[in-house]
Amino acid sequence: MLSNITMGQYYPVDSRVHRLDPRIKLILTIVFIVCVFLAHSFVGYLLLTAFLIMICRLSCVPFRFLLRGLKPLRMIIILTFLLNLFFTPGEDVWLAFWIIRITREAFLQALFYSLRLVFLVAGTSLLTLTTSPIALSDGIELLLSPLRRIHFPAHELAMMMTIALRFIPTLLEETDKIMKAQMARGADFESGNLLSRARAMVPLLVPLFVSAFRRAGDLALAMESRCYHGGEGRTRLRVLKITRNDWIACGVLALLLALIILEGIFLKGVLF
Amino acid sequence: MSIEVRHLTHCYSEGSAMRTVALDDVSLTIGDGEFIGIIGHTGSGKSTLVQHLNGLLKPSSGQILVNGQDLNGEHVNRRALRQQIGLVFQYPEYQLFEETVARDIAFGPKNQGLSQEEIDERVRYAMSCVHLDYEKYSERSPFELSGGQMRRVAIAGVLAMKPSVLILDEPTAGLDPRGRDRILSMLEELHARESTTIVMVSHSMDDMARLATRLIVMAEGKILATGTPREIFAQEEMMLSAGLGVPEAARLCRALRAAGYDLPGDLYRMEELKEHLLRLWSARKSGGKEAQPC
Repeated sequence: MLSNITMGQYYPVDSRVHRLDPRIKLILTIVFIVCVFLAHSFVGYLLLTAFLIMICRLSCVPFRFLLRGLKPLRMIIILTFLLNLFFTPGEDVWLAFWIIRITREAFLQALFYSLRLVFLVAGTSLLTLTTSPIALSDGIELLLSPLRRIHFPAHELAMMMTIALRFIPTLLEETDKIMKAQMARGADFESGNLLSRARAMVPLLVPLFVSAFRRAGDLALAMESRCYHGGEGRTRLRVLKITRNDWIACGVLALLLALIILEGIFLKGVLF
Repeated sequence: MSIEVRHLTHCYSEGSAMRTVALDDVSLTIGDGEFIGIIGHTGSGKSTLVQHLNGLLKPSSGQILVNGQDLNGEHVNRRALRQQIGLVFQYPEYQLFEETVARDIAFGPKNQGLSQEEIDERVRYAMSCVHLDYEKYSERSPFELSGGQMRRVAIAGVLAMKPSVLILDEPTAGLDPRGRDRILSMLEELHARESTTIVMVSHSMDDMARLATRLIVMAEGKILATGTPREIFAQEEMMLSAGLGVPEAARLCRALRAAGYDLPGDLYRMEELKEHLLRLWSARKSGGKEAQPC
């Protein structure tokens, strides 16, 4: 019932992209996002598409998983396309009747803006598809740790994230189980109006909260009995190391960024 | 009420990299008034199987027939069927949510659309079934009871719907011997008095030895063997290969036979073993030396 929701959507295979250092992957994703915003012409978008396809092939993630991430956003993407198509001013009119006026400029802008959204989602999906949630929060912790000097609780934040991520599947499983148990007692979660549906959630939410608090209490006790006292002086089991693979990835992204910037300088006027 | 399972297969996460086959072509029949024990190692598909029996999970392929009617057919009122086939989950105490014990037990009957008097009557009936004193407990909060009491309240919540088939998924897991004994004798009573058909999933061979009329042994999503407890527990090798054991009494009997005592090979209950040993003992006392080990 709820088991088809894959949280964090991590796709567990071994590939060069999966093995990248999560810190590097996070930074490179940010660089990729910058590239997406810098691209201004067909050449730029072609470069980005080629890059995404290459990473997708390298990561061994099936292409449909990438498309699956776009599904919930398809309305927004279509809306962006339509709004830009109809409301961008331009000169080279392609089509005009009644109040609708479609120009070449509007079409290109609509295409580019919606492609930009697609690339943003696809790029960040690739990050979460190839990085386990635990590695991701490790990466975030290490990237934020310089901020500890200004008393930013990087470790605590990452620990909270890790715990939250760790318990999402557990709580989902629990929800599924309680839901089934109440359905076995004749509860009805699917029919009725909004009010009766909201009321039907009580038999689900109360046990869920009770068990979440119980688990939190148990976990706190277990952590304390193993002498957990925050990040001070804590070493890690898996020490992250930058490898040759990571440097290659950095090089590829740097090349992409450079090409996109050059494209912005030389081709910007050509198509817009 | 009879339930027939035909070639049931169930896969989790169908169509993804995490696809696992939980049940593989399982067929079985549960007749009226039986007390069936389903045993198997962790992950052998027991819980998946019982969730199919009242339509909470849909089979990937295969059918479940209740009184000859396909449970997943198009024009079947699954909610009504679920109330006839009561399912008690593992650790059912975690499903309690109401402010008082009585109101929690009334949840099922209320969903059946019964009148208030009928509901009250059902709550009293269910509480007496699980040996909880109505006067003492009905107005208490379920969250302030002991673990064993909470479990009995949760079971009462299912019994209050008066199901004709009762399915329990490890009803004694995590209870102390006394709590366990209470639940088991409650089930024994229910089976004898109301002739409710009971299906119980358990790890405990001793519980099964005490209650079941028929056993189904599962391993890796398949039915490995089925038969009376006497037939099943006589095959210790097969049980061990499935990662299971046999009841204490059967083990003891085997050890005694190996030591040369003249005992039948298919004993599995402490009481019958005791009878046989007493008989041997008195025979030795009166008749001399032939009953002694060599």
